[in-house]
Amino acid sequence: MDMSQATTAPLTAEKRQSAFSRHLTAYLFISPWILGFVFFTLGPLLFSLTMSFHDWPVVGERTFVGFDNYRTMLFDDPQFWESLWITAKFAAIYVPFNIVMSFFIALMLHHANAWSGFFRTAFYLPSVISGVALVTIWSWIYSREYGLLNFMLSFVGIDGPNWLGDPGLAIVAIIIASLWGFGGTMLILLTGLKAIPKELYEAATVSGVPGWAQMLFITLPMLGPMLLFTFITSIIAAFQQLTIALLMTKGGPLGSTYFFAMYIYDNAFKYFDMGYAAAGSWVMFLIVLVLSMLVMRWSSAWVYYEGEVREKGGDRNA
Amino acid sequence: MRKTLLYSALILLSALFIAPFYWTFMTAIKSQADLYSFPPVFWPSEWHWENFSIAWNKQPFGTYLTNSLIVVVLSTIGQLLSSSLVAYGFARFRFPGRDAIFILLLATMMIPWDVKMIPLYMEFNLLGWINTLKPLIVPSYFADAFFVFLLRQYIMTVPVEIDEAARMDGANAFDIYWRIHLPLMMPALVLVGTFHFMNAWNDYLGPLIFLNDQSTYTLTLGLSMFKGLHEVDVTSIAAITVILCLPPLALFFLAQRYIMDGAVGSSVKG
Repeated sequence: MDMSQATTAPLTAEKRQSAFSRHLTAYLFISPWILGFVFFTLGPLLFSLTMSFHDWPVVGERTFVGFDNYRTMLFDDPQFWESLWITAKFAAIYVPFNIVMSFFIALMLHHANAWSGFFRTAFYLPSVISGVALVTIWSWIYSREYGLLNFMLSFVGIDGPNWLGDPGLAIVAIIIASLWGFGGTMLILLTGLKAIPKELYEAATVSGVPGWAQMLFITLPMLGPMLLFTFITSIIAAFQQLTIALLMTKGGPLGSTYFFAMYIYDNAFKYFDMGYAAAGSWVMFLIVLVLSMLVMRWSSAWVYYEGEVREKGGDRNA
Repeated sequence: MRKTLLYSALILLSALFIAPFYWTFMTAIKSQADLYSFPPVFWPSEWHWENFSIAWNKQPFGTYLTNSLIVVVLSTIGQLLSSSLVAYGFARFRFPGRDAIFILLLATMMIPWDVKMIPLYMEFNLLGWINTLKPLIVPSYFADAFFVFLLRQYIMTVPVEIDEAARMDGANAFDIYWRIHLPLMMPALVLVGTFHFMNAWNDYLGPLIFLNDQSTYTLTLGLSMFKGLHEVDVTSIAAITVILCLPPLALFFLAQRYIMDGAVGSSVKG
């Protein structure tokens, strides 16, 4: 009795010791991210939240103003609502187009065996280059007199408009240029399509299920998680839209492309009203968060995860 | 019949997607006469390669290029080391709070950059880093959530027995990371390195906010400033745009196999 106790006690102590040192090692390995999270994410987030309750110039005296920044923004700043409306319009067109276009081209690539590498590359290339390069390239395409787009339109007898100079068209021009960089989304969906087991289609074909029904009941549900992922990342991307508008239209003409991100940017780095800009950035954060959560909740109606399918498959085998 | 239709559509669409690149290259190389002729010249009569060197000397683009290279090289090294270390920690250890921390890590991917940009500017201003390349380099040494996720998925496909065998032979945790997992991860590291290289090379908003002095500009910022000042100098803007596009395009072609397979691998295994 005494003997056994004497032998187990040091053992557990040793075990505890080794567990402790193993945990310590683990924390050491992940410490770069922890430190980065504290200094470059959590710290800045809390800092900006604090700033949003202050009148906070870059240099000089700061004063606590409570919810004043938010109140001014919501009730006394028409530019806030206008920029939000422009961003919402952009997102409402860009997000569905980005996903639908990605889906159909991914589907085409999935069915094309010859030259598949070439086609994939062609569609992916635009998303490899810088936003700055994208803007310079598209600025000429949209040029009224010498632009490629109006030249092509002239073939079908359309007198090309002044794309970047027309308040109604400038946002369309930005949407088209943004859609050119759809490669990342397309690649994710193509990956998803390739991961769908061929047996599902074979079984459906044998049972006489028509092509459109296979699309509706096999392809789309199996692609669900990927579609959800691209949906959310597209929304975030749409709300962050800044580079193209900043460089291609500078928010104009007549403020028609003055995006919400640009409104925040101007408040911070043009008017140096850091507190007000921080409040704006928190409003954006909350909108993106709420939208993502709504999409996720809504998605539970149409997204199947692989695990569920596998379980069902297991049942069938048993 | 259906195949013919499919391929015709694909050829037409891919031509539409490549056309802007072709057009930009031709704009860079055209003579001034060809530039403003209507209908546009699709195949220039004379090729003016000297347009590139003329454009290059209109601003200190050499300095901008050096700055871009410093940022890209140093930050890529940091990203590869830090993200792989963290990924190994999450993939191979059990420790209190691991799953919660990992979910937190994934959640950070949802934070819009706009929210962080203002406080980060203030933070770097306080540190005296504004107008230096540090804000564009240092954060890369603290791992990126998406890359950690990707590398962790990759490490988890390696059998644990390999780690155990190495431990039997007296290897410690760092040895196992450095001498076993790092070499095994090579394909995933190529993918991460490529993505990070492209992000860093293409970044515009970071340099725009953190750099004011012309001597610290990166190539993207330099081109945008040049475009702002010399809007009508289309040839030179096109030439610099071509130069700006070349590294990511070249890298894409070199790493293409890893990018396509990597995207497939990471999501299938996920």
